[in-house]
Amino acid sequence: MKNIMTRHFLTLLLFFILPGLAHGQELVTAKSFGADNEIIVSFSEAVDPSAAVNTANYTVYEQPDPDIRLKITEIILADDHMSASLFFRDPLNTTQSHVVNIANLIPAQGPATFTVAKSYWGYLIGILVSALLINNFVFTKYLGLCVFFGTSKRKDTAKGMGFTFTIVMVVSAIMSWFFYQFILKPFDLNFLQIVVFIGLVSLTVQAVDTVLRKVNPALFNSFGVYLVLVIANCVIIAVPLILADNEYNFLETFMLSLGAGGGFLLALYLMSSVRERMELANIPPTFKGVPIAFIVAGQFALAFLGFSGLQIF
Amino acid sequence: MANEKSNFQLVTNGILNENPIFRLVLSMCPAVGISTTMMNGLMLGIAVLFVQVFSSVTISLFKNVIHPRIRIPTYTLAIATWVTVIDLVLAAYLPEAYAQMGIFVKLIVAFAIITMRLEMFACKESVNDSFWDGIGMGLGFMCGMMAIGFVRELLGLGTLMGFDILGFKPLLFFVLPCAGFFVVGLMMAFFNYIEIAYKKTKQA
Repeated sequence: MKNIMTRHFLTLLLFFILPGLAHGQELVTAKSFGADNEIIVSFSEAVDPSAAVNTANYTVYEQPDPDIRLKITEIILADDHMSASLFFRDPLNTTQSHVVNIANLIPAQGPATFTVAKSYWGYLIGILVSALLINNFVFTKYLGLCVFFGTSKRKDTAKGMGFTFTIVMVVSAIMSWFFYQFILKPFDLNFLQIVVFIGLVSLTVQAVDTVLRKVNPALFNSFGVYLVLVIANCVIIAVPLILADNEYNFLETFMLSLGAGGGFLLALYLMSSVRERMELANIPPTFKGVPIAFIVAGQFALAFLGFSGLQIF
Repeated sequence: MANEKSNFQLVTNGILNENPIFRLVLSMCPAVGISTTMMNGLMLGIAVLFVQVFSSVTISLFKNVIHPRIRIPTYTLAIATWVTVIDLVLAAYLPEAYAQMGIFVKLIVAFAIITMRLEMFACKESVNDSFWDGIGMGLGFMCGMMAIGFVRELLGLGTLMGFDILGFKPLLFFVLPCAGFFVVGLMMAFFNYIEIAYKKTKQA
């Protein structure tokens, strides 16, 4: 029995190592996206310069549409003839993986075909950062404002609310994802989305409340009061709706909900820091309280506009 | 009923004294998010009016059979049902307006104003009163949304309800999404100013 297990393990190991070895003998050793409209390719040996700069030798398309060939305007070969930069007429959609086919580079070998894609982890972290900063739910999507203005008066409250919210958000988003993928979609019950998601959120809040009360009464005493408020937060119902609309997979769901919760925490903390300072400031009586909070939030929203276009990977 | 109020009083109470947006400061998300034009405000206002009236009446009808300990989930379920109804109706008959409002129609389910009204009013009062209170709250929300939409559309695009009024665009900044915060904040300050001035004249 153990022997078979070992053999399976070895086969699996080979399965992972072999492509890597084979890869080493290929003509193309490395490839990546460069600037907006650029793909950089490195070769294992010096290539024929006249063939390498001929755009007719290259065909490039996005994986889902092999019929739409992307126009290459120019190819620049490095001085050592070991790497080339492909420049395209239009900026590339780097969320898609691109298939590149090069013919006639070295006469003895056939055409080289490979795919260029951003790493999946990079994509996942992209979702997280996007939900956290670029599409922050409070400052750029304007959701969850009631709770946002209600609980951002003190830093402690803001932290408590933010953490509680993040936990409930992640748990309820994952539950909603399972319900959507395995119950709503197979049975064609999409029209029940709202009822099911709000029900799940209430259930999660109730469950967290009960579990926390038993398991960690000290934590419950400090965070319990915010649990009730979580349910009145639009973000918590918006995230399941968004992930159902976009057909996210499990990891994407996790990242989106984490980003949404973290973004809410960040927004609350920033806002509470300002509001604590504002109590000492001399504010005109007409602006006291909620109006000045709105103006500050507007300034934060303007600042967060600066994150648009941010690309990390 | 302790305080007898006429239907008319219930409606004006929702629009003025307890205006959901400017007085109770509830349901701010749509007030900031999609109040870029008066039309958007009107459409979402109608949707909220519908949900508020029907869920108020539903809860008021069943107030004697709802166990107090499960009242909040019951409210949520009633609201979710009516939101689903208006969501599907809008998607079928007004697809353009529906696309403009995006996710906000579905999010009516989480609007604090509706739950609060059920908890404060509909679960205690008669069906008739709940109906008129729902109308008042819905109209109050609609007026608030349209007032914000009025300012933003007039200053941002120079139009009202899609008709060109000014012929030029004074401050494009106001149609930017983040300007919603500034407009709501400034309008609240304006109403506070009126209130303070009013109190002063009363005292004098």
